[in-house]
Amino acid sequence: MLQPYASPAERLWYYGLRGLVGLTLLFLVLPILVIIPLSFNADSFLMYPMTGWSLRWYEEVITSPSWQRAITNSMIVSPFATLLAMILGTLAAIGLVRANFRGKALLTAILISPMVVPVVIVAVAMYISFAPLGLTGSYTGLILAHAVLGVPFVITTVTATLQGFDFNLVRAASSLGANPVTTFFKVTLPQVAPGVISGGLFAFATSFDEVVVTLFLASPEQATLPRQMFSGIRENISPAIAAVATILILLSTLMLMTLETLRRRNERLRGVKPA
Amino acid sequence: MTAASDTLDPSPARAVPLKRQLRRAERRKNLLFMALILPLAVFVLASFVLPIGSLLQRSIANPEVHDNLPETLELLDDWSGEGLPDEAAFVALARELGAARGTPAIADIAKRLNREQPGLRSLVMRSARALPLAEGTPAQDGLIGIDERWRDPVIWETIKRAGSPTTGFYLLGAIDRTIADGGEIVKLPKEEAIYLDVLVRTFEMSVIVTVACLLLGFPLAYLMATLPVRHANTLMILVLLPFWTSVLVRVAAWIVILQNEGLVNKLLMWLGATDAPIRLLFNRTGVYIAMVHILLPFMVLPLYSVMKGISPVYMRAAVSLGCPPFSSFWKIYFPLTMPGIAAGSLLVFIVCMGFYITPALLGGPGDQMISYFIAFYTNQAVNWGMAAALSAVLLAATLVLYALYTRYLGGNAVNKIR
Repeated sequence: MLQPYASPAERLWYYGLRGLVGLTLLFLVLPILVIIPLSFNADSFLMYPMTGWSLRWYEEVITSPSWQRAITNSMIVSPFATLLAMILGTLAAIGLVRANFRGKALLTAILISPMVVPVVIVAVAMYISFAPLGLTGSYTGLILAHAVLGVPFVITTVTATLQGFDFNLVRAASSLGANPVTTFFKVTLPQVAPGVISGGLFAFATSFDEVVVTLFLASPEQATLPRQMFSGIRENISPAIAAVATILILLSTLMLMTLETLRRRNERLRGVKPA
Repeated sequence: MTAASDTLDPSPARAVPLKRQLRRAERRKNLLFMALILPLAVFVLASFVLPIGSLLQRSIANPEVHDNLPETLELLDDWSGEGLPDEAAFVALARELGAARGTPAIADIAKRLNREQPGLRSLVMRSARALPLAEGTPAQDGLIGIDERWRDPVIWETIKRAGSPTTGFYLLGAIDRTIADGGEIVKLPKEEAIYLDVLVRTFEMSVIVTVACLLLGFPLAYLMATLPVRHANTLMILVLLPFWTSVLVRVAAWIVILQNEGLVNKLLMWLGATDAPIRLLFNRTGVYIAMVHILLPFMVLPLYSVMKGISPVYMRAAVSLGCPPFSSFWKIYFPLTMPGIAAGSLLVFIVCMGFYITPALLGGPGDQMISYFIAFYTNQAVNWGMAAALSAVLLAATLVLYALYTRYLGGNAVNKIR
């Protein structure tokens, strides 16, 4: 709060900081604010001023075969990749937290490394190794690649959730006669579910926005939504791009809200008071 | 395993002491947990670690001559280098070149030898075309009959050198060096030396973007950390929303904003700052703007989490002890934010170095970073050795910085998670 007796220098600091931050935030949200209205443009140029309102670009996206195919492909590749990353990542995270062995830190680092290695290197390496196996130009190859990229997010979020997990609950379940599988599904999984789901959301977002690996591994038949946008931006940029962009922004808002809800729930469960 | 060892029996009558039973149970449980990691470990090994290993291996691979002329090379191993090799080497070469004739292998051999010594391509191709030799001709006479140059021991020396299983050629090429005829490492001629420029450019662009992110991110994170939580959360949503938005969506939006008829140019012309539109796209300016936009949250999130942990009491104490507000900010608060500055900057820098899509879509030919050239050598100028060498350089730089990041800042790269 600015005190009424603040000196001019303090006032300058107060308003200067807020002004600067305001501009920075404008910079951050400007692209989103600019692209959404253009998706309703009646004209066929992706620029202002708009000549009128219309839904023709949404119609175009929904009816054009190439956009349809891209949406279908993304809806095939991302869920499967996410599922694979979630299952393998959750199991491994539980193992990494509970097991003790030499080289655990190194193994963890390797399993996390797809997040760190520049994506072009991942793409080129997979392209060269997958090609002789017939995995380029196939859904299988693409799903495997996207799953690898999503795994680190699942591991880190589930590991973080497990930090606050009381393993005595597992012991209690076992002592009451539950077998390990029942214990996992009835005790462990409900507790780590928020971690698994937010890890899954990150993995999904990663796959759903992935373009570099897809550029290398996918043939035109497997072109995903970002891949189709990439060629759209390169070749003929039209308001159809803005329509797809608006749909994607809606989707990311939805994911962000889900994540925020999960985070709040997790804090509540752990007894962290909202500050 | 017997049923008895599954349940612990503390009675002294048991043959196996309790301590050992417990240890065995622990070990069994440990193995079970390790088994949970196994599927993912195998998966990541097969589809990530091995491909990258095999890519890196290509940066020193030298298979063209080594794999296609194995017998010749073996015989040349025994050759002193004085005068011509003996007849057996000629026989082996004639047979192996003859076998490669009409297959892609012969072009590989010719290309590889030509790189060592210009002119050898024609020698190899011409000799291969004339092979096999007529029945009963000694191989030495036959080959020299096809081309006089086979009489030159230097050629044989070259084959021997090009036949080594590994080569530093690509890695040296990635830093604009090459191996001269005498074996010493020399600079490439100016017109071929481009990679040091690309490396310097990648580094320079990463530094500029990191500094810009810090300058914009610091005040933002500071205000968020000092505002009441409700307002801070609103600001956080404004930071996270673009963060979660697809990179391609943002690139498309920046094209709309920065193009010649775009909003920025319209505004500048309306203000009278310029008469003709300023070019903001397909040059460095556009790339910087979009990159800072994409990477700013990577700076803000670690900064914010560090600043959130700094108690306001320190500043109040400094002020109450008579330190003016600005010096107490500079002397007390700012040093405490250093871990956040280091973490954010390293993170932004690491991600920055690997950028590919943004410069490819928003930059001109002179704004491409190292990733672009890796992709180029893989897709267009199919030269996987060079792609692998550039990958090795980029990967090494990334891993060194990442090691620093985890070692000194103890974090992991998931700052996406608050």
